Amino acid sequence: MDAIIIQILNGLDKGAAYALIALGLTLVFGTLGVVNFAHGALFMLGAFCAVSFNALLTWPIQPPKAEGQLFAPKAIPFMEHQFGELGAAIVNWSVPLSILIAIPVMLAIGLIMERGLIRHFYKRPHADQILVTFGMAIVVQEIVKKIFGANPIPQSAPDIFNGTANIAAWLGMTDAFIVYPWWRLIYFVFAAAVIGAVFAFLNFTTYGMVVRAGMRDRETVGLLGIDIEKRFTVVFGIAAVVAGLAGVMYTPILPPDYHIGMDFLVLSFVVVVVGGMGSLSGAVLAGFLLGILQSFASMNEVKSIFPGIDQIIIYLIAVIILLTMPRGLMGRAGVMED
Amino acid sequence: MFANLSRNDWLLFLGFSLVVLISPWTLTPFGAGYPALLQKFCIFGIFALGFNILFGLTGYLSFGHAAFLGVGSYAAVWSFKLFTMNVVPSVIFGIAAAGLFAVVIGFISLRRSGIYFSILTLAFAQMSYNLAYSVLTPITNGETGLQLTLNDPRIIDNAFAAPGAGLPQTNLFGIDMSGYPGFYFCAGALIICFFLTMRIFRSPFGMMLRAIKSNQNRMRYTGFNTKPYLLTAFVISGMYAGLAGSLMAATDPLAGAERMQWTASGEVVLMTILGGVGTLVGPVLGAGVIKYFENIFSSFNEGTLHATFAFLPDGLETVAVKLAGLFVGDGWHLTLGVIFMLIVIFLPGGIMEGIARLAKLAGVKRKSSRAELSAGSAQPAE
Repeated sequence: MDAIIIQILNGLDKGAAYALIALGLTLVFGTLGVVNFAHGALFMLGAFCAVSFNALLTWPIQPPKAEGQLFAPKAIPFMEHQFGELGAAIVNWSVPLSILIAIPVMLAIGLIMERGLIRHFYKRPHADQILVTFGMAIVVQEIVKKIFGANPIPQSAPDIFNGTANIAAWLGMTDAFIVYPWWRLIYFVFAAAVIGAVFAFLNFTTYGMVVRAGMRDRETVGLLGIDIEKRFTVVFGIAAVVAGLAGVMYTPILPPDYHIGMDFLVLSFVVVVVGGMGSLSGAVLAGFLLGILQSFASMNEVKSIFPGIDQIIIYLIAVIILLTMPRGLMGRAGVMED
Repeated sequence: MFANLSRNDWLLFLGFSLVVLISPWTLTPFGAGYPALLQKFCIFGIFALGFNILFGLTGYLSFGHAAFLGVGSYAAVWSFKLFTMNVVPSVIFGIAAAGLFAVVIGFISLRRSGIYFSILTLAFAQMSYNLAYSVLTPITNGETGLQLTLNDPRIIDNAFAAPGAGLPQTNLFGIDMSGYPGFYFCAGALIICFFLTMRIFRSPFGMMLRAIKSNQNRMRYTGFNTKPYLLTAFVISGMYAGLAGSLMAATDPLAGAERMQWTASGEVVLMTILGGVGTLVGPVLGAGVIKYFENIFSSFNEGTLHATFAFLPDGLETVAVKLAGLFVGDGWHLTLGVIFMLIVIFLPGGIMEGIARLAKLAGVKRKSSRAELSAGSAQPAE
């Protein structure tokens, strides 16, 4: 029993990341009808928002050399130099705090991307959209590589979350031993909150209602005198923010490097297709499902029966689902049908 | 067999063969006249030609074609290890293995079209890549890559002559496959492939594939079963990739899993788009251009840049070197990404469309090439 719970928990954080990226992909696809291969790059940019925020906060300040000292004293981070204890605390909390930076930055990047490039590709075939966004993903990735270098840059979670949570005690299981890192738990809760917020925005606000109407029938909504294109642009911005936040919070779990986006993108596309093209809840469900299945597949017991299954499980599931359920788990009729 | 080719086709074929065969001389002034690079041109040309048969004619965008290249490489190296260092069997094995693999993957993937097909092929290619790295290590030698070793059985070779000291060279009935002989072997393969592709383009089979691209439903309504045609195109295209893979192994006998990664599949898509989807010469041209600039741009460094911009005043020179430095050396991929975006945005027909436009501007009437272009403009199968 506890082994099963541990595997489910292990799958949650990765699954949460898949779900967040897949949610954004589906939003963009459902509204603008664009297959965005640059979505992984947005995830990566979010992660590097956290990296650069931290780098700014810890900009080294060289204290002046005192009389009689042989060596220059150790450089201290900018924030600590300016604000002492408080500054050190801010540096410690830099990853969650960089959310505040990431939201406007990612929104701006999303809006620029949509207005500058994607807008011109609404009417072009899907293959062209895939290709141009693929090209853009390469460009963004290479620029980040130029600026931050090719090596992963580790980020640390606030000290307070460094330990592990004793899940077994929470569940009232006395004889079991289940611990789980705090930060991963927080990532899951955070992802759930973001997903909840997106769904609430779409389902309980008038703005979201119009967007949903536009997803169903863009032309009719346009005929009613609503500037649906503008709203779709905003949705693209929101999708960019969601991907960016997923990236920001993921940095303490996996040190970001320039190709982290591509690594996640391929899997997220598989997630979207498994969930069903155009279905938001399908994307979220499939994200968690595949994350958890992947973690089960990497159990030693499973690996000894099917060697290598952990490497291919996601793709295998995708193949099976696509062949047996042509619309994915929860796909709507009429979206990307043959 | 030669019935469907017009006089223009023959001229195109002869011209193409001539250009390929004399390329060691013509490309020398551009710094590309050495066999290692010329071999790459040919090999990737074949890969792109094959990819174009699938994507250009039927509109099915496969994102997993590198898997066939990898399978071809592995099969070829195994042929070197087990049987003989002669390249002919290895090429045959490579093509056959890739073809068989393509039958299986194509049979499953072609049940869906559009983006689902892309994802399915991508999924299969990633599975092969991951498996080649992990469980299949006895066959693929995992991360190190499959290499020749001194105690390989090499049954056929060893039956005729005692094994010499050191690792043997790949050969074609005694001719070493390094340097220019290797290039001419690849060039011969490229020319044969080009001829076959031209035949396919001009045949009723090619017409059928184009019809599938323009409207598959209508094809079905008229009573055609499109599946066998698609599968044939997929397998042919996979065999081209297998040939390219085995040629890679023939010129340099090792095979690694990274050849199957999805970025490698992306590369062949780039080549085909850059050259011109659905055109005959375009993919080869695209492969050549990408491999050429990859080679040139990667070899640039700060020193060569300073030399290039030496004519500028000092301040300007520094700026120019800094700017250009972003795009050369390690930054080659950035250049590739930018070029690729520009092509997709402004010139969806690739280089061939550019040439056609220029020709139109110059007032030259080239009906044949324009007709070919209009037939090949990019459209996905949906």
